[in-house]
Amino acid sequence: MLGLTTQQAAFILQGAGWTILLSLLGFIGGCLVGIPLTLGLTAKTAAARSLSSLFINTVQGIPLPILMFAVYFGAGATGYNPPTLIAAGLAMTIYSAVFLAEIWKGCVRAVPKTQWEAAEGLAFSRFDIWWLIILPQAVQIATPPTIGFFVQMVKNTSYAVVLAFAELTYSARAVNNTNNEPFLIFTIAGVIYFLICYPLSNLSKRLERAVAIKGRT
Amino acid sequence: MIGQLDFSFLTEYWPALVRGVAWTLVMTFCSVVPGAFLGILCALARVYGSRATERVAAAYVEIIRNTPSLIQAFWLFFGLASLGVRLSPFVAAVIALSINFGAYVGEIIRAGLVATPRGQIEAADCLGLTALQRITAIELPQAIERMLPSLVGQSVLMMLSTSIMYQISAEELTGVAWYIQSFTFRSFEVYLVVAVLYIAITVFLRASLTGAGFVAFTRLRRLRIPL
Repeated sequence: MLGLTTQQAAFILQGAGWTILLSLLGFIGGCLVGIPLTLGLTAKTAAARSLSSLFINTVQGIPLPILMFAVYFGAGATGYNPPTLIAAGLAMTIYSAVFLAEIWKGCVRAVPKTQWEAAEGLAFSRFDIWWLIILPQAVQIATPPTIGFFVQMVKNTSYAVVLAFAELTYSARAVNNTNNEPFLIFTIAGVIYFLICYPLSNLSKRLERAVAIKGRT
Repeated sequence: MIGQLDFSFLTEYWPALVRGVAWTLVMTFCSVVPGAFLGILCALARVYGSRATERVAAAYVEIIRNTPSLIQAFWLFFGLASLGVRLSPFVAAVIALSINFGAYVGEIIRAGLVATPRGQIEAADCLGLTALQRITAIELPQAIERMLPSLVGQSVLMMLSTSIMYQISAEELTGVAWYIQSFTFRSFEVYLVVAVLYIAITVFLRASLTGAGFVAFTRLRRLRIPL
């Protein structure tokens, strides 16, 4: 098939499977850590705000491969050698949490201030203000950029080659090492990435337009 | 665990780390300049181009933005090598990063061009400027000025993505880190130090690019229009 043996094609497809799994792992982890981080960024106390933004600025200054190495060898230094999937997933979790928190902060800010004031005027509790009034509106604004960021996550899983984790880029390179047809193999890998990412990018763009139109009325 | 950390490799290897930082900065600079140029061309093609050039530019942006930069670098480096074109890893990395950066800059500048107020275009037409004069003197500078924060952010992301280029054995900071830890076996400590160096480069790059923008573009500030 396409000049590859069935085994090689299966190996590349398996790599694509690991890529999707790692993106989902990092994304779900990133959402879980990103929510408290967003709350920190939008908190009333200045200390919570500056602490969360310090953390975010620090992580955003470190390249993802270095973050992966640090997590992998950092765990190793405590005497526990994690599987590469766990180490890469943990690094992706930290990485995506800070970017998602930054995106979501903007979305919470985009909810009109009058919504907060009206809710406070009606004596809603702090929890109810978030849960019933702010979140439903913020989630709608946040959906397109969050899907857009997931596309970044899929592409960034390629950095896990540094830990020799067998995702799509790693397996493509491994196949290329045996039959040395780089244009063919990296085009196939590129097409697989594109088929995962392009529909999501498009969806994100369409939803963004829909939200913008709704906001105007 | 903290007590067991050993940073003594620094006394022997700090010159290598300094060299790594320098190479990372050089690689970033060499990719930002042609990448920004490519991005401006791409944005102009998408906003003012004929149907055909618009399609080509859109295809370029979508292909680059929906595939990882590492795959693009592998494609270029190993692909050209298989055709007998031997690029040095550094040159291959710079070409791959420029092409990648251009697609993102193209999208940012396009958004800036589309946001040009109608009055500016009408005023330019009233003054009898040609279309080319209007674009180069009125629309493009304003688009760049308006999008300056995004352009700075994208440049920082590009600098961070130079780190993966050690995979095609281009020499930069991450490659140096790999080299040091393979001799010292102090992997965690080496990557901690390198992480701090990258944070320092990020702060430096962000500050100097923002400063350069502050000096180069004064119009919005003079008019007291917030960015």
